[in-house]
Amino acid sequence: MAGVTITNVSKSYGDIQVMYDINLEISDGEFVVFVGPSGCGKSTLLRMIAGLEEITSGDISIGDRVVNEVAPSKRGVAMVFQTYALYPHMSVFNNMAFGLKQAKTPKQEIDKRVRAAAEVLHISEYLDRTPRALSGGQRQRVAIGRAIVREPDVFLFDEPLSNLDAALRVQTRLEIARLHNRLGSTMIYVTHDQVEAMTLADKIVVLRDGRIEQVGTPIELYENPANTFVAQFIGSPKMNFFGSDDLTDTSQESFKNIDGEKIIGIRPEHLQACEDDKSMIKGKLELIEQLGEYALVHLIAESGNEFIVKMPQPPKAAKGETLNFSTQDNLVHYFDHGSGARSV
Amino acid sequence: MTDRDKQKLKNQVAIIGAWIVAGLFFFPIFWLFLTSFKTELQAISDPPKLFFVPTLENYALIEERTDYFRFAWSSIVTSFGGTALAMFIAIPAAYAMAFNPTRWTKDILLWMLSTKMLPAVGVLMPIYLICQKFGLLDTKLALVIIFALINLPIIIIILFNYFREIPVEILEASRMDGASTFNEITQVVLPLAWGGIASTALLSIVLLWNEAFWSINLTSSDAGTLVSLVASFSSPEGLFWAKLSAVSTLACAPIMVFGWLTQKQLVRGLTFGAVK
Repeated sequence: MAGVTITNVSKSYGDIQVMYDINLEISDGEFVVFVGPSGCGKSTLLRMIAGLEEITSGDISIGDRVVNEVAPSKRGVAMVFQTYALYPHMSVFNNMAFGLKQAKTPKQEIDKRVRAAAEVLHISEYLDRTPRALSGGQRQRVAIGRAIVREPDVFLFDEPLSNLDAALRVQTRLEIARLHNRLGSTMIYVTHDQVEAMTLADKIVVLRDGRIEQVGTPIELYENPANTFVAQFIGSPKMNFFGSDDLTDTSQESFKNIDGEKIIGIRPEHLQACEDDKSMIKGKLELIEQLGEYALVHLIAESGNEFIVKMPQPPKAAKGETLNFSTQDNLVHYFDHGSGARSV
Repeated sequence: MTDRDKQKLKNQVAIIGAWIVAGLFFFPIFWLFLTSFKTELQAISDPPKLFFVPTLENYALIEERTDYFRFAWSSIVTSFGGTALAMFIAIPAAYAMAFNPTRWTKDILLWMLSTKMLPAVGVLMPIYLICQKFGLLDTKLALVIIFALINLPIIIIILFNYFREIPVEILEASRMDGASTFNEITQVVLPLAWGGIASTALLSIVLLWNEAFWSINLTSSDAGTLVSLVASFSSPEGLFWAKLSAVSTLACAPIMVFGWLTQKQLVRGLTFGAVK
């Protein structure tokens, strides 16, 4: 068992810098999710921890040991790839045993560990099959099994669910959460899906353009996003932003002097329909997305600014009709207009 | 006539056309085979004879005058040996270029290919002299080395393309699993590219079996291959068509049987990259 410490890590490919001065502390046993849009460097960071990418500058430590120059297999990490990356010509058993065989583990021990892992992942009956004869979900479990048998200090997951269909994704997500509870190992998980990030993580690291935007628990990021990027990235549908010209006189009073310098953010689930005299924000109804348990109502403010309201019931209004919304003061987020940074 | 009938007719015409072309390609081999069973007189008769009483005298004469099996053995050793040596060098080279490419990799491949454009006769003198100095003239070893070298560029390029079809994540996974480079090649890359490697080797064997320039120029009696045996029949003794046909048939037969047995693999080798 070990934590991971990343100190001043940068990465360049030739003249192109892709990671800038990353500092991050991951505690032993923690489930950390790297999240961000594609190209933000989350996979690169994971691969640097794995040892598949070299570090241009800085240090990565696993436990007490700096591993910059240590071979991937000697770092005490195991990785689950997005494409599974199983050995197509080997049986499931041999796929899982491959790493142990390379380490010259005694045969009996290999057998014991592979069967134990297969038991946990419910793939015992497929041990003699080749990956070709398995479904996507089963293959992913073999890939996870291959990581488990090595008993690593740190598990690395590179978008492990993105090749699975929606139902299987939810199920496998749950299994990964259970696995973390059972093993208690440090896990680092890369995804672009903020729902996966929110549900799995003890700690989320939001990345953008090779920089860390914010680190925190899912709830911290949801309640106190550090900037407009994090605010929009965490939460679904994403947060609405309003300038001073979107607000009614009532809201101008209740919100602390919004001027051109500041914008406010309100999550779609924090806006409620209200009477005209209490209205803080007005919008013309554009369309309604019915999702059964709730409805997503798309509106356009007078300024042309589009926003979304999440409502338990769809409003009984026609397209183009103006609707009024209010919110509570403590659910409003203030950001600097220029930098996008949070301002209190 | 419906569209379907038209399509059927088109297909039939195409099939007949294909048979005609195939027949044209095959005819010289057929005629060679036929002539080998004629007497010298029948062989040069005008008009050519399609029906005649076959004789084995040409084959008997060849067996009497030369040691066919020694030449055949020489062909086998040099074509298989040359291929094995080339593979031994090409597999690690193609692995390195496919999975650890640098910005020069493309240029190196092109440079390798460009060496195939050089006329072989251009380097005949130096290579002849080198072989002479090292006492390698008329040895199988000389042919094995030269055969390996002349086929090396093409083998590396074909293997490079096969290797690149292997997803790099699989190799990364094996690296994470602690496989050494040697184990990575032998336990992951080779099994995955086995079909490609086999067809490349077969192609190389066929090419080397038929290689004429170096085997004729660097060997005489001891290490001569079947190709040089054929050559020896054609020049110094005048044109004895029937005997020449018989010896050519004997030279072609083994590799044709070999090619026929392995045609599935060969076709994949020849059309690699054409269809994914």
